[in-house]
Amino acid sequence: MSSRSRHWLRFATRHLWRDWRAGELAVLAGALVVAVAALTAVAFFTSRVSRAVELQAAELLAADLRVESPRPLSPEWPVAAQQRGLHTASLTTFATAVFHGDDNLLVTLRAASAGYPLRGQLRIASEPYGTAHGTTGLPQAGEAWVESRVLARLGLRVGDTLQVGASAFRVSAVLDYRPDQGAAFADLAPTVLLPAADLAGTQLLRNGSRASFVQLYAGNPSQVAAFRAWLEPRKTAAVRLVALGESSEQLQGSLDRAQRFLSLAALATVLLCAVAVAMAARRYTARHLDLAALMKCMGAPQRFVLLTGLWQLGLIALAGAVAGVLAGYLAQAVLAWFLRDLFAGPLPAPTWGPAWIGFGTAMAMLLGFALPPLLQLRAVPVLRVLRQDVGAPTLRFFTAPLFAVGVLAALLWWMLQDAKLVGGVFVGLGLLLGVLWLAGLGLVRVAALARRGTGGAWRYGLANVGRRGSGSVVQVVAFGLGLTVLLLLAVVQNDLLREWRASLPANAPNHFLINISPNDVAPLTADLRAGGVQVDQVFPWVRARLVAVNDKPVTDMKFSTDRGKGFAEREQNLSWSADLPRDNTVVAGEWWPTQRPVDAPVLVSIATEFADGVGIQVGDRLVFDVAGEPVAAQVANLRKVQWDSFRPNFFVLVSPGALEGAAGTYMTSVHLEPEQRRMLAPLVRRFPGVSVFDVDAILVQVRQVADRASRAVQGVFLFTLAAGVMVLAAAVQSTRDERRFESAMLRTLGASRAVVLQGLLAEFVALGLLAGVLASTAAALAGWYAARNWFNLAYHFNAWLWVAGLSGGALVVGLAGWLATRSVVNTSPLVTLRG
Amino acid sequence: MTTTVLEAREVTQQVSSPEGTLTILDHVGFQLSAGETVAIVGASGAGKSTLLGLLAGLDVPTQGAVLLGGQSLSALDEDGRAALRADRVGFVFQSFHLVPALTALENVMLPLELRGDSAARAVAAEALARVGLAERAAHYPRQLSGGEQQRVALARAFVTRPQVLFADEPTGNLDAATGLRVVDLLFALNREAGTTLVLVTHDRTLAARCGRVLELAAGKLVADTLTAAA
Repeated sequence: MSSRSRHWLRFATRHLWRDWRAGELAVLAGALVVAVAALTAVAFFTSRVSRAVELQAAELLAADLRVESPRPLSPEWPVAAQQRGLHTASLTTFATAVFHGDDNLLVTLRAASAGYPLRGQLRIASEPYGTAHGTTGLPQAGEAWVESRVLARLGLRVGDTLQVGASAFRVSAVLDYRPDQGAAFADLAPTVLLPAADLAGTQLLRNGSRASFVQLYAGNPSQVAAFRAWLEPRKTAAVRLVALGESSEQLQGSLDRAQRFLSLAALATVLLCAVAVAMAARRYTARHLDLAALMKCMGAPQRFVLLTGLWQLGLIALAGAVAGVLAGYLAQAVLAWFLRDLFAGPLPAPTWGPAWIGFGTAMAMLLGFALPPLLQLRAVPVLRVLRQDVGAPTLRFFTAPLFAVGVLAALLWWMLQDAKLVGGVFVGLGLLLGVLWLAGLGLVRVAALARRGTGGAWRYGLANVGRRGSGSVVQVVAFGLGLTVLLLLAVVQNDLLREWRASLPANAPNHFLINISPNDVAPLTADLRAGGVQVDQVFPWVRARLVAVNDKPVTDMKFSTDRGKGFAEREQNLSWSADLPRDNTVVAGEWWPTQRPVDAPVLVSIATEFADGVGIQVGDRLVFDVAGEPVAAQVANLRKVQWDSFRPNFFVLVSPGALEGAAGTYMTSVHLEPEQRRMLAPLVRRFPGVSVFDVDAILVQVRQVADRASRAVQGVFLFTLAAGVMVLAAAVQSTRDERRFESAMLRTLGASRAVVLQGLLAEFVALGLLAGVLASTAAALAGWYAARNWFNLAYHFNAWLWVAGLSGGALVVGLAGWLATRSVVNTSPLVTLRG
Repeated sequence: MTTTVLEAREVTQQVSSPEGTLTILDHVGFQLSAGETVAIVGASGAGKSTLLGLLAGLDVPTQGAVLLGGQSLSALDEDGRAALRADRVGFVFQSFHLVPALTALENVMLPLELRGDSAARAVAAEALARVGLAERAAHYPRQLSGGEQQRVALARAFVTRPQVLFADEPTGNLDAATGLRVVDLLFALNREAGTTLVLVTHDRTLAARCGRVLELAAGKLVADTLTAAA
């Protein structure tokens, strides 16, 4: 670096410090610190919460990564995983009969190695359907833990002996819950859990035995990802990898919503911060016009003016980023402390990724918004030192610089990871700004006209709103944006979160009853109802396999995803219904009429996941193999299914009349209160074919995710609130100098402090009212859009939003404006006019 | 032998307006020698400030030339003119143009710092003491009276020991008594430094203190007279 460059940088640094000391940078630095603090706090905290939620979700796999195969798996894989710092465990499962005296029962035997489950906990009880508690251990050698159904069917008690193959095991506890029991019905038979070391002694597993071999892996996400990448090329086609996000439909539904809520919070924060920084940067550069001209007059070259500005902006960004990241880190720690009771264990430690995002954001935001006006500073005519009217470059706030737009786009991409969504947000934001601008323009004109009908302070305030013209419009739009987010916050908290929680009602079904024979349907439902249990719908149920789509055999079809392949290759649960089930919405085609002719063609309704995976559209002809018989059907409609409703739902539903003869069994779901669970043991004895699945634990899990995530979202929105307040402050500050001068003039002309203050208050209240009108409308529309398109929830317009918007706007903007500018009347007019 | 420091050769300045081309300065020409004190006078709109801006190289004439130290300003680009100003020119403005974020001392240091002078602080402190404001060094402009602000501006203008000092209505924002004190100081400093002073003013009394008066009317140089002070 040349000595001249060093001199310039030294000068720029010294001058920056002097600006800071004189309070010139407070607003810009403040906006930046809040921006970075809010952004990093959100990022730090959401990364921790997301990780915690993922860990909870990992319980459903009992691991972070699950490797399954019908053949024994390589013993080298766990060794390689352990070398990478992962925890491992193994599980071998197969169906077999177990004996007690003369009775026998088909069960799923699970032999687990030490460490199982790697995520989540087993829960055991001392009596069938009794109160369970968590445990970290496994059955001791020679012992077995068995599900309540096994005890009920075999008439066993805890402490009795169970014969498994060549070995006898003492039943030492009732297995109430396994994290990986899932909510699918792959495991029809009840579980008997043994220690892995005892499996050989049973002599049940021989070469060629039909079994599932499972290896479980857990560790930090990068370790798991690295191991997965290592494993992929080494595994055969028969080996299936299941990772987080590929497990339960139910929990995934809740997780998706949680992540969308958190994204919304972060998104709102980023956008608000951008507005605050843009406004503060605009003021910063505007105030440096005279200095730039003076420096050039004293002999500073244009390069010097530019370099000085750039270096100063860089330093401001760096200082703002350091302070912001530290504040963000502290803020997330405080938030985590406040919400500590909501998480079962301590939250995972935050990663430092968000800190770099904070630095990048500060630099990019400041340069993005301040660089274009800074470049204009370079071109300030030096003649300005003699004539103030000469060539002050116009700083247009809403001709958004391309760089700033790019910066925002990159930020949004980082947060949302969805090009379509980023595009949607940009188009929406552009439209919103355009509409707000036009509406603001109209409202400001109306306000200017309205002053004729008013008197005193209001006349002065409204006259000022009209006189400032585009300045007022900028303020109305900025206030409007800030208020929009604050109101949206209220909408989300009060309406969307409530809707979300309502989708998991307290009386959601927690037990599934399946394998109900046609003859048992009536007496079973009668028994349940007699016990005070509400039985909604009983669904017929057959197993079927898709064999052809539009006459093309599925074996000849190519699938882009494993999921699609799985749908096509595995047996599916088929049901039929005359009416569209609850929790289902037709998204393409039409539901069939309730009354159809007996000989009408068979129609089929497909869930969107199945249709997307296999590539099915309305009108396609499908052939299913139902118990060896081909059943052809035409796709009448596609359905979106709310899987987390915990009621029976099916990927494939057929019109009534086609499969009645093939109906093997029926299924239903019911909600049982804890005291009603005792009726299950006699019920299972009376209807031995019926299998009862307790999904209470999973329901609790899903509801916990929803609850905790919604609290976290509320916490995260506090930062958005701070960002909104910062925008208000920046907007107020933007005309502070002008107001100070006007106040001095008015007081010099004889106006009392009270009159000047009332005038200021009237102006800000007027601006707040105008912004409130815009904000209420925008928030209602945004809430409606988000509910409909992001969260798949119903949204109802609420008139109180307008009441809150108008009164809140007048109050918040009036108060903020008054607080920020009241000092203008405390400074002596002489000092101000000299200034 | 007198050295010509500043020369205006047939300087004409025209601007476009909706009514057509306006001639602000019309073939103005003169030479100024080292150490000379010159007042440019004339009614409002006569073209005084425009002439000052052209002489100082803040703008270039539409026709004609301005030579500072023998160098034609029209031949230089903006950075070249800036470099010339940094070496040879000082300014005093009607509205002082002190930087609000800098103290009195830092305002005086500013031109020295722009030149990379390592002794900026000491030299500026001396200059501030010379205008009687050593005690107010740490004060911001808003804490100073108008007269004090203009004295800081004088210290800032002379601190680089310029060859030519341009003063644009230096007493325009001051009351008569304060203005008089500031003018006394201006001339005293000018004598000490041997600087060529070019002063734009409405005030005939102030103009009479200069050795020479150039009078402009409607953009033309209508009189060039030596005064009793010459």
